[in-house]
Amino acid sequence: MGYTSKFRVWRGDDTDGGLVDFEVEVNEGEVVLDIVHRLQATEAPDLAVRWNCKAGKCGSCSAEVNGRPRLMCMTRMSTFSQDEVVTVTPLRAFPVIKDLVTDVSFNYQKAREIPSFAPPVGVEPGDYRMQQVDVQRSQEFRKCIECFLCQNTCHVIRDHEENKEAFAGPRYFIRLAELDMHPLDVKDRRRGAQEEHGLGMCNITKCCTDVCPEHIHITDNAIIPMKERVADVKYDPLKRILLKITSRDD
Amino acid sequence: MSQIERHTYDVVVIGAGGAGLRAAIEARAQGKSVAILSKSLFGKAHTVMAEGGIAAAMGNVNNNDNWQVHFRDTMRGGKFLNNYRMAELHAKEAPQRVWELETYGALFDRTKDGKISQRNFGGHEYPRLAHVGDRTGLELIRTLQQKIVSLQQDDYITTGDYESHIKVFAEFAVTDLLLDESAGQPRVAGCFGYYRETGDFAVFQAPAVILATGGIGKSFKVTSNSWEYTGDGHSLAIRAGSTLINMEFVQFHPTGMVWPPSVKGILVTESVRGDGGVLRNSEGRRFMFDYIPDVFKKQYATTEAEADRWYTDPDNNKRPPELLPRDEVARAINTEVKAGRGTPHGGVFLDVSTRLTAEQIQTKLPSMYHQFKELAGVDITKEPMEVGPTCHYVMGGVEVEADTQAATGVLGLYAAGEVGGGLHGSNRLGGNSLSDLLVFGRRAGEAASTYVDAAGAAAQITDDAIARAQAHALAPFDGDGSENPYTIHSDLQQTMNDLVGIIRNGTELRDALDRLESFKSRVRNVTVTGGRVFNPGWHLALDLQSLLLVSECLARSALAREESRGGHTRDDFPAMDPQWRQVNLICRMTDKQVNVSKQAVPTVPNELLSLFDVTELDKYFTGAELAGVTGGAH
Ligand SMILES: Cc1cc2nc3c(=O)[nH]c(=O)nc-3n(C[C@H](O)[C@H](O)[C@H](O)COP(=O)(O)OP(=O)(O)OC[C@H]3O[C@@H](n4cnc5c(N)ncnc54)[C@H](O)[C@@H]3O)c2cc1C
Ligand code: SF4
Ligand code: SF4
Ligand code: FES
Repeated sequence: MGYTSKFRVWRGDDTDGGLVDFEVEVNEGEVVLDIVHRLQATEAPDLAVRWNCKAGKCGSCSAEVNGRPRLMCMTRMSTFSQDEVVTVTPLRAFPVIKDLVTDVSFNYQKAREIPSFAPPVGVEPGDYRMQQVDVQRSQEFRKCIECFLCQNTCHVIRDHEENKEAFAGPRYFIRLAELDMHPLDVKDRRRGAQEEHGLGMCNITKCCTDVCPEHIHITDNAIIPMKERVADVKYDPLKRILLKITSRDD
Repeated sequence: MSQIERHTYDVVVIGAGGAGLRAAIEARAQGKSVAILSKSLFGKAHTVMAEGGIAAAMGNVNNNDNWQVHFRDTMRGGKFLNNYRMAELHAKEAPQRVWELETYGALFDRTKDGKISQRNFGGHEYPRLAHVGDRTGLELIRTLQQKIVSLQQDDYITTGDYESHIKVFAEFAVTDLLLDESAGQPRVAGCFGYYRETGDFAVFQAPAVILATGGIGKSFKVTSNSWEYTGDGHSLAIRAGSTLINMEFVQFHPTGMVWPPSVKGILVTESVRGDGGVLRNSEGRRFMFDYIPDVFKKQYATTEAEADRWYTDPDNNKRPPELLPRDEVARAINTEVKAGRGTPHGGVFLDVSTRLTAEQIQTKLPSMYHQFKELAGVDITKEPMEVGPTCHYVMGGVEVEADTQAATGVLGLYAAGEVGGGLHGSNRLGGNSLSDLLVFGRRAGEAASTYVDAAGAAAQITDDAIARAQAHALAPFDGDGSENPYTIHSDLQQTMNDLVGIIRNGTELRDALDRLESFKSRVRNVTVTGGRVFNPGWHLALDLQSLLLVSECLARSALAREESRGGHTRDDFPAMDPQWRQVNLICRMTDKQVNVSKQAVPTVPNELLSLFDVTELDKYFTGAELAGVTGGAH
């Protein structure tokens, strides 16, 4: 049942590092994170890795496995052949702290730049009424576990550090879409999406959707509808004026 | 010493789960400056894993529900050992706390008339759990996280600094509370800890500290809990001179995954049963009908036909015994497996595939569907799951004052959420934790703020105290090289699972205590290699001290309580004993030793007792206690 796998892990820090080879036991049903834990318990006690739930729910254990952005706790070893070398490296779009741990603070900064839920005035707690069909669209985006795999994979930031300033990234496009589609949110988010959060820089490659472990349709259900709605405001002069009036307090 | 980072706040909250974040929001609302310290990243605390829902008697699905019914269910579930005042506040305030979340932006599943939908859960008389599919904890943590961000945005507008009032220190682990002991009773002066990312130390000076550190599950081998659950808050409190209550009561959730081994313990939400799933043994029998205890005979169906009718007509039928409180179901599964009627991998079958359509399963239980598909290669729309008990929750915790969550024995110290004790008595009902976090998180934030107003600035922290805390944290780097933290941890977990697990007895508990003694010297010799930058070996070495201390509290209390009740089952004392219902066990440290003593359970006032049928109370209380109680409002 068990076998010995060739495992290759990036080890190092913000100044220097490289791939280190290990031969390590693998048992039935194990995931990549189990193997990393076995390395910690045996050969590499100070091997740095983030994880919490080990059940695909917290989004902590993001890394690149054979070059693909994955959750380590949800990547079963049985998806690789037994003689294949399995290479685990840290997320590439964020600065390395140590080994598999990166500095993801960029994402928390971006989160702060998105205007929060704006509750309807005069509706008391307990009096919110919404239909299931109406909340469903936003609920899809609230499945996000903030693993930042989409942020890591998006070429706009992955290949262009300089874009980080102006580009919120797919995780925050779904946040904008979620609020925009919230049945009771009272703020218009379309112009901000375009002008402040960089929606226009996205060229719909769909790479973000491909890596999302929650199977959120980031591009089809959030980015494309948001782009259409932004186009609406831009090209409809009446809506433009209305928007100006309603968003004075931005 | 001078290079150690220093911070000053009004209130320091240790823990960024539901309880910690709700406490921080409240303290901020009271105008206090707040630091939130958390071992993991912001938004990843253990609360994120909660699945089934938040219990609150809103009455959206069945309008017979109200706080009195919720109170009754909570007391029954806890076998009347609960702190009645906490149970009362919890039942009364939970609806308001849930509604408030909608004003922060939460999106719960809806009823047909647009209200928050509520689902059935074990031990709750009516559909009571507000939920979002089976990812309610994610919704809760994200909502509170985003509320904090929105408060920071408000502060930015007024002060130009997002962090002028609330700052989150992520991946910061607290290793010591700092006290001012100059005036008799110790009072909080702040806390000390390290940044996981850098290994650098920092000192927080504050008159009030709120512990919101969650539970202790990582002291057991098979658990649904994450690595954070090492009992740090419990250990910080008792080391500082506070007390722990009810530590013998540990909830083993009846349904954890049992296969493959690497996922053993991961939770299978109770909603599977609430939504129609049934338990069967290897002979195909729905065995839970064989395990309905006398005290619950009135509330549960005795035939499959009646149980099945309940899902569509709950007013005229009794509920299925699969929805008995967790301790009952966990023990039943344990007995079936021991009797040789288990599955190939040592569990029992939990089946929804013959009860709901594939489409219903995928909309109601999406995470369970994915979890089994991706981790076990099992399609739950087509075949049953294999499940067995897993360590899930600790009812025991810091002894607190019911209205304020103020910890006993140390001024300025508060505890809320899973780290607090009392509300759940000997057994917690599903869904009652998330509501606990909100109700008592808010109360702790409020009370800590009031305390700060009266107490003023924090006491000075001496260089000496800091030096001691630093030496304590660095000790594992100077070990004698003989012990590896990972090995000790795995041995400790095995010991606790084998000897202090779901079924206990005096011989095994004494054996456990002997072994825990030998773990103490092993932990003293623990040695870590590598540097201080993000070094998990070092982190675990420090966590081990908490794990060991709470394990000892657990084993000592379990040995002292000579009866079986809720999350504490002794096969040498199998009966529940009304005399023991009057007793809380309290752990405290004297001369660096854990001591257990008895303390009276607060007397439930007559107006609350009379919410029950006297014939029901008879099963729990002594005759003397019930003299003069005229119940029957039921
Ligand atoms: C799989 C699963 C499903 C569940 N489902 C439900 C459910 O449906 N309904 C329900 O009511 N309950 C449920 N529970 C229980 C419930 O989720 C927990 O009891 C609850 O979330 C605990 O919240 P908390 O705020 O007390 O602590 P947590 O959310 O665990 O947060 C603890 C915080 O403390 C921090 N911390 C700990 N130690 C330190 C330290 N030394 N220094 C700094 N920070 C520290 C951690 O980093 C973390 O931020 C479930 C539990 C599990 C495991
Ligand atoms: S679709 Fe847009 S956001 Fe997603 S990866 Fe491509 S460019 Fe980035
Ligand atoms: S949208 Fe998906 S990939 Fe992106 S952070 Fe959220 S869960 Fe991860
Ligand atoms: S550890 Fe939580 S998602 Fe992997």
